[in-house]
Amino acid sequence: MEPRTTFEVGGMGHSIKRKEDPRFIRGRGTYVDDVQLPGMLYLDIVRSPHAHAKIVKIDSTKALAVPGVLAVITGQDLAKYNLHWMPTLMSDTQMVLPVEKVMYQAQEVAAVLATSRYAAADGAAVVEVEYDPLPVVIDPHKALLPGAPVLRTDKKDKKDNHIWHWEWGDRAATDRAIAEADVTVKQDIYIPRIHVASIETCGCIAHFDKVMDKLTVWMTTQAPHAIRTVFALVAGHVGLAEHKIRIISPDIGGGFGGKVPVYPGYVIAVAASVLTGKPVKWIEDRMENLQADSFARDYHITAELAAKKDGTLTALRIKTLADHGYADAAANPSKFPAGLFHVCTGSYDLKAAHVEVDGVYTNKPPGGIAYRCSFRVTEAVHTIERMTDLMAHQLNMDPAAFRMKNFIKPEQFPYKSALGWEYDSGNYAGALQKAMDTIGYADLRREQVEKRKRGELMGIGISSFTEIVGAGPSKHFDILGLKMFDSCEMRIHPTGKAIARFGTKSQGQGHETTYAQILAEELGIPAKDIQVEEGDTDTAPYGLGTYASRSTPVAGAAAAMAARKIRDKARKIAAHLLEVAEDDLEWEPGKFSVKGAPGKSKTIQDIAFAAYTNHPPGMEAGLEAVSYYDPPNLTFPFGSYICVVDLDSGTGEVKVRRFVAIDDCGNIINPMIVQGQVHGGLTMGLAPALFEEISYDEHGNVQGGSFIDYLVPTAVETPKWETGHTITPSPHHPLGAKGVGESATVGAPAAIANAVVDALWHLGVRHIDIPITPAKVWKLLREHGVTG
Amino acid sequence: MRVQLSVNGEKHEADVEPRLLLVHLLREDLRLTGTHIGCDTSHCGACTILMDGRPVKSCTVFAVQANGKQLMTVEGLEQDGKLHPLQASFMSEHGLQCGYCTPGMLMTGYAFLQKNPRPSEDEVRMAISGNLCRCTGYVNIVKAVQHAAATISQGGA
Repeated sequence: MEPRTTFEVGGMGHSIKRKEDPRFIRGRGTYVDDVQLPGMLYLDIVRSPHAHAKIVKIDSTKALAVPGVLAVITGQDLAKYNLHWMPTLMSDTQMVLPVEKVMYQAQEVAAVLATSRYAAADGAAVVEVEYDPLPVVIDPHKALLPGAPVLRTDKKDKKDNHIWHWEWGDRAATDRAIAEADVTVKQDIYIPRIHVASIETCGCIAHFDKVMDKLTVWMTTQAPHAIRTVFALVAGHVGLAEHKIRIISPDIGGGFGGKVPVYPGYVIAVAASVLTGKPVKWIEDRMENLQADSFARDYHITAELAAKKDGTLTALRIKTLADHGYADAAANPSKFPAGLFHVCTGSYDLKAAHVEVDGVYTNKPPGGIAYRCSFRVTEAVHTIERMTDLMAHQLNMDPAAFRMKNFIKPEQFPYKSALGWEYDSGNYAGALQKAMDTIGYADLRREQVEKRKRGELMGIGISSFTEIVGAGPSKHFDILGLKMFDSCEMRIHPTGKAIARFGTKSQGQGHETTYAQILAEELGIPAKDIQVEEGDTDTAPYGLGTYASRSTPVAGAAAAMAARKIRDKARKIAAHLLEVAEDDLEWEPGKFSVKGAPGKSKTIQDIAFAAYTNHPPGMEAGLEAVSYYDPPNLTFPFGSYICVVDLDSGTGEVKVRRFVAIDDCGNIINPMIVQGQVHGGLTMGLAPALFEEISYDEHGNVQGGSFIDYLVPTAVETPKWETGHTITPSPHHPLGAKGVGESATVGAPAAIANAVVDALWHLGVRHIDIPITPAKVWKLLREHGVTG
Repeated sequence: MRVQLSVNGEKHEADVEPRLLLVHLLREDLRLTGTHIGCDTSHCGACTILMDGRPVKSCTVFAVQANGKQLMTVEGLEQDGKLHPLQASFMSEHGLQCGYCTPGMLMTGYAFLQKNPRPSEDEVRMAISGNLCRCTGYVNIVKAVQHAAATISQGGA
């Protein structure tokens, strides 16, 4: 798409430099821990060494003797205000601080309030807690066995560890199609527990002003408005009314879904500030972040895929155990306990599909957030892309040709999937062909044959994913009843400069730039003249926040709609100024001209000035609008990734030699930012594919709870990503855009896993669960007699 | 304990506990909040500053160890209103997103370019391997460091 505006104006399609960067490159951002208030107190948290244990006694004597320590807060203290439990987003409950027992290692047990960070830590170190260990349940399969210890003893009548059963699709048709199929493949796939590990951890400063009766909380949140409402609902009974709560989400050092939930630390800090009337700061450290904050994934999947002899895919059946830890604290739209997992038919024209998921309690931290993805879409994509590859290999067909054969065709859009989604637009073959041409697919296959003859292990993996983002239409999408619209409120000042505020919150995506570009596109006001603000609930319009790649599809659309309302009023003002009828005017970005008399025109700046100085009789002054955008459908970004790996047969190490990513996110707002999002997303796809996992031993001890053994990729392990795009606009989005922040994280792991299995297929290897560590590969090589 | 140190050319004195971490002295006492904290095990590098010209992770240095030293933080890169070429390059090459790792990356890059003014891509990747970035995938950070190297060698600094 050629830009319609000049680079100076900076509308869609221009790689203008980011408005955020001047402060960040100077170290002048304001992240939560940078905020210091006079008289501020500090909170530190005592955490459980046990995965499951009764609390016999908490002795605060020594802690209270530490200079600077003011109080030790326990579950008993919060219970007086009925704040020791809180609701989760999925209609479950989780503890703020425990009264009876702890449910996972590193769970919050007590909090120490002190005059300094160091005193709080000193106090936390000497709070003496006596525990009586209970039997630990770690494996979700065992958690469902008869006789397994029941974890949620707080729930009357709860007799097992099963949380919910959810299923979708036509079971009978799927069973029939699988029974009648010429070929089926079946595979257990575990997608392990991982953590977003944003470089900034979570934290807050809660400040309850007793005089003004107002609570202000600076916090690391991706959804400040929803948080305000949650606080009002949860703490209304202790006097916190919504108009007296202000949530400020300042600069955020990466979110990726990990900053959607409400963590106990936030609530304790708020309670401590309400009780003391002092500002209270709580900042978690990295180990607390990895060990206690919401995890992602942890899906134990069994999938079956069916096809005809000629390679036509017919049906998919999936059963899954979802390990939710001790509470279902997933961040999903309310009606979807397994998120959007049922987009699992992916890019393929399957006639039947059925998916079942069972949620299970274990002695692990709660969560189920989307690690840079839209509500379980990564789990869906990994499953279908692994299964498709398995089937292609099983049929001895080339995985690229096999995909081409089974793709939904461009003319089938809008396409109704077997599981009920209406895909908006796509050209899957186009993206895959471009990826194949870019990487030189045929040559690589020839090279692989040659290398295999010499005993060298080289693999080529493809992932042709379809995402589902932009939640979502209010008919089906809500969180705690709040419909998932989003918002933009724009005011144009008399001199033609403007401010626009949004219900979302950037965490590095560059909203200050891209939103200004959307408004520049719609109004012709230069992007540099438009100030974008988000994250302050006292000033911004209500919105559900930034996650699940919803900012461009929902709030970006709201920006376009608000700008169009402004343009409608601007047309009336222009007609008044030019003394013509509205119908006699035509718009080009930045001005209205009289049809047939292009010299006779008024710029948007002229019109803005007139809106305050010379507006038509009977019209209200001013030039502003607000839009709450309820999307008619989700958007379905897609892409094809091809990865080439070389395996070290001595060490089992996987080396990603090349990785080509062709993405299609519809119309592009800022190509530089889109490419940056893809680079980052790919790296967060590489990470769980090869390195990252949080696991537990049978006692519930966390493995991977610090950066010593939770392996976030560095620049050395990360390949030089090769990116490109095709453009298939969304037909229902006002800008034809789809969202791109998460595509690469969703699509990349399967490409890498498929490449490794491709390298080992001739040895008899059919599947490897991610992360594909050197140890796993080396063990397989030994089993297959490749290495000694 | 009394410490005297110079930060970005300015002299400071402070009474500190022996265990006070240098990063806390910088951030909380001197209010130089550009230096960030991302972990507690020296892995992430968000807290990287220069101590007598050498990059150190200030979360793993005690304030008292900086006694008598010359420190430089991200706030010291811009001189007389002119951005350092690294800062300009991070912006022009889109080498940052959330900005949290950026100060540490800039300081590591600054020390590295002093030693290796015309680095290869692999050399840059190795040099910044003690700094984690979760947003950018490193491609544009590497480009930015090389771009800055080119600018400096053409007399741009």
